[in-house]
Amino acid sequence: MSFNPRGAFAIFSFELMRAFRTFFQSIFAPVMTTSLYFIVFGAAIGSKMTQIGGVSYGAYIIPGLLLLTLLGETTSNASFGIYMPRFTGTIYELLSAPVGVAETLIGFVGAAAAKSLILAAIILVTASFFVDYHIAHPLLALLYIVLVAAAFALFGFALGVWADGFEKLGIVPMLILQPLTFLGGTFYSITMLPQPWRSIALANPIVYLVNGLRWTFTGQSDVNIWISFALTIAFLALCAGVIAWMFKTGWRLRS
Amino acid sequence: MQPILEIQGLTKRYADGPIALDAVDLTINQGEIFALLGPNGAGKTTLIGAVCGLVRPSGGTIRAFGVDLAKDWRSARARIGLVPQEMATDMFTKVSDAVNYSRGLFGLKRDPARIEEILTSLTLWDKRDSQIRHLSGGMKRRVLIAKALAHDPQLLFLDEPTAGVDVELRRDMWRQIGAMRAKGTTIVLTTHYIEEAEEMADRVGVIDKGRLLLVEEKRALMARMGSIEAEFALAVPLREVPAALVDYPLVLSDDGASLTYRGHGGAVDARGEVARLTEALVRSNIAFTALDTRQSSLEDIFVDLVEQKA
Ligand SMILES: Nc1ncnc2c1ncn2[C@@H]1O[C@H](COP(=O)(O)OP(=O)(O)OP(=O)(O)O)[C@@H](O)[C@H]1O
Ligand SMILES: [Mg+2]
Repeated sequence: MSFNPRGAFAIFSFELMRAFRTFFQSIFAPVMTTSLYFIVFGAAIGSKMTQIGGVSYGAYIIPGLLLLTLLGETTSNASFGIYMPRFTGTIYELLSAPVGVAETLIGFVGAAAAKSLILAAIILVTASFFVDYHIAHPLLALLYIVLVAAAFALFGFALGVWADGFEKLGIVPMLILQPLTFLGGTFYSITMLPQPWRSIALANPIVYLVNGLRWTFTGQSDVNIWISFALTIAFLALCAGVIAWMFKTGWRLRS
Repeated sequence: MQPILEIQGLTKRYADGPIALDAVDLTINQGEIFALLGPNGAGKTTLIGAVCGLVRPSGGTIRAFGVDLAKDWRSARARIGLVPQEMATDMFTKVSDAVNYSRGLFGLKRDPARIEEILTSLTLWDKRDSQIRHLSGGMKRRVLIAKALAHDPQLLFLDEPTAGVDVELRRDMWRQIGAMRAKGTTIVLTTHYIEEAEEMADRVGVIDKGRLLLVEEKRALMARMGSIEAEFALAVPLREVPAALVDYPLVLSDDGASLTYRGHGGAVDARGEVARLTEALVRSNIAFTALDTRQSSLEDIFVDLVEQKA
């Protein structure tokens, strides 16, 4: 046996089942927060704002808002998925089963990414109730969302293996991802920033993510979108590499 | 007898701990029940963990089903089952979902009939739709066993399967384990109830401080190491052990009213010696009013062993 597809599928469906059991938390809550953002920034403030590059402000912020939710949710979903079995001890079964890094990632990361795609779809539908928008490059947008979801599911998984307490699980999405996303041009174009803030903002990797997705939606971007794609893929590869190392050495998984 | 598991020079040193396994050599044979005995912290769980992939060995080799676990772990693990010592279950999952999940995880097709069979044999069938958190402790342990059996392992590790379960459930589990053995499953169990090993095991191993002190067939061990104590209540107190009996290992009580024989070196030999001693007493005209004999259990042997080597 060199690969155990049933094992991978068992993990995948078990994880999805877990999400539906906590449907309210996993799906409803983020949709609710995103709606609030649209009401405040899209409908209320947005109506007083001028267009940015020919796009209404409400439509302009959709990709950023989508990413804001996607990054946080994907990361915490994936990190909890692997952290909880470590915490409760049920990971013994996973470690003793004929599943390796491939099956585990397909199962856990696949499920976390799948949840995020469902979430993204729901958010986009929700957004259409508040603002008129259309997606300039729908296929590229889908591809980009899949890439980002996969990359941050991997990131979350690594986080869940690394964390040795609940605080650490919460800290990264709350204190690192969220501020970086807010400052990453979710609600504005970084060209609106005065110097030196504009240059400083370019050091924020999330700027490239937001602009990459924004380009697939609106056709405009503050940065070179090739950098966005390359950066996303590099981040994905980095996280996958870290996880492969974790499995190879058993770090924080096997005693 | 075919070896199903061959452990050689297995050593484990935890990063911040003492040496938990010290060059352990152990071979488990196809179809046997092997009981691993040892005090708390002896290294039993570590040994099982090393075989099942939970513990990274610091040294040594493990071969299961003839393949090196370091190389072909997937195919070996697919045939090994583990019931852990610590109660670890997904509290919000339904019993049947949990057991189906285990079967899939180990690479097998869904088989509702087989799962029903397993749940029924563990009297869990009625609870199949309950969330695990709603079950009692003993029932939760049964779920762990059901999960371990879901992929029909050929080699099953039970780490203290009966810790904290009541007498009835324990007897029930012994029957279960007996039934699994009858179907050809090889079983390695650890236990603190030595009675359990005495009841079920074909062979026992005693481990302490990471060293395997002995591995022996249970019957042979009890015959070789067992002892018999025989106490004669004398009709008339004696002042000293009569000259005719000094060759026997006898102790006279302080008041001279009872004579106690302690024979070591195997229960079988000692039993014969008690018979000869009784005849000698009669020949010497020493009358006795009562005779109590007590055969040592595996437990006494175990305690002696661990204390001797401590
Ligand atoms: N993860 C760990 N990190 C450090 N030391 C450990 C770890 N797990 C076990 N040990 C140590 O290794 C030794 C053997 O532990 P182990 O759990 O194998 O014993 P055991 O025979 O199963 O004991 P018990 O009968 O109490 O279950 C003990 O000294 C224990 O403290
Ligand atoms: Mg133990």
